Amino acid sequence: MKNKSFFTVFGAAFLMGIFFVAGSMYYKNQESQRVESIVKDNFKTLVPGHAMRKGSPGAKVFVVEFFDPECESCREFNPYMHSIMADYEGKIQLVMRYAPFHGNSIFAIKILEAARKQDKYWEALEILYQHQPEWGNHHNPRPELVWNYLPRLNIDVEKLKSQMEDPGIQKIIEQDQIDGKTLDVRMTPTFFVNGKLVEPFGPDELRAAIDQALKEL
Amino acid sequence: MINKAWGTLFGAWLVASFATLGSLFFSEVMKFPPCVLCWYQRIGMYPLVFILLAGLFPISKSVIKFSLPLATTGWLISVYHNLLYYKILPESAAPCVQGVSCTTVFIKWFGFVTIPFLSFVAFTLILILLFFTYRNLAHEK
Repeated sequence: MKNKSFFTVFGAAFLMGIFFVAGSMYYKNQESQRVESIVKDNFKTLVPGHAMRKGSPGAKVFVVEFFDPECESCREFNPYMHSIMADYEGKIQLVMRYAPFHGNSIFAIKILEAARKQDKYWEALEILYQHQPEWGNHHNPRPELVWNYLPRLNIDVEKLKSQMEDPGIQKIIEQDQIDGKTLDVRMTPTFFVNGKLVEPFGPDELRAAIDQALKEL
Repeated sequence: MINKAWGTLFGAWLVASFATLGSLFFSEVMKFPPCVLCWYQRIGMYPLVFILLAGLFPISKSVIKFSLPLATTGWLISVYHNLLYYKILPESAAPCVQGVSCTTVFIKWFGFVTIPFLSFVAFTLILILLFFTYRNLAHEK
């Protein structure tokens, strides 16, 4: 009796485990197929004209990063991104998409996009990341601190403040949010390499995905 | 009656395990962020997997005593959550301030099966099965 009951429980647990793992694999597979077909039909969902890009314009491998300037992981990942961009120079294009998940994300994105109008996009991103622990502290966010850092970049801050209110910027953010939802982006940073979600998240995984995409060209 | 009691307790364990794995599937595989009320219900559900399992070998009446507080608390929270979810109570009464709203609808199968509904069904089934386990064990005496 005791053996029998033990095997019943063990068997049920085993079956449920198998069921769970198989279900996860099935779901992930379905999800990546769904994303691939969306991107195939409409590449703009992933790489729209409005998105900021970096790298050689002729490169055929698109690395799309959904990010949030207030996200700590995006900040942590930034140095890896630099070395990847250097190692794959001429071979990839980085496409920046927004996924505002925090309280002051939209404020920070507006600063980035306004800085872009003054040709200081990447500099502004660096300085926002650098000082993120101060202005983007989750317990005591102080977005107003941003005004102390920006003058260092030779940015016309007064002009930037009015440029931030450009309704075009609002539209970019809204479009990125819509596309993020379509592509099921729930975390930042989320990377897509030529339409394929990079999972699990990590610098080595991202490099592997880029290598794979370069091979497939 | 021992066999019967073992069966119903095993059933309760199956429900708890299924609910645990299901909720992990929603959060870890489908990446739905769990809301505050969901976490409270998880606190009630997850330990049941281990408590009920321990109670099966060998079956003992004390398992009822240890699992009932968790199952009842979880059940009460799930009732409250469903009342909010189906808009019988206004959301302003909800404790969700930051993060995910407790009334965000992530899934809706057949038009009415939602995640809080599944939780309510699971807790209810566990309570019913625990009741029968108790009765079957009482008959044994």
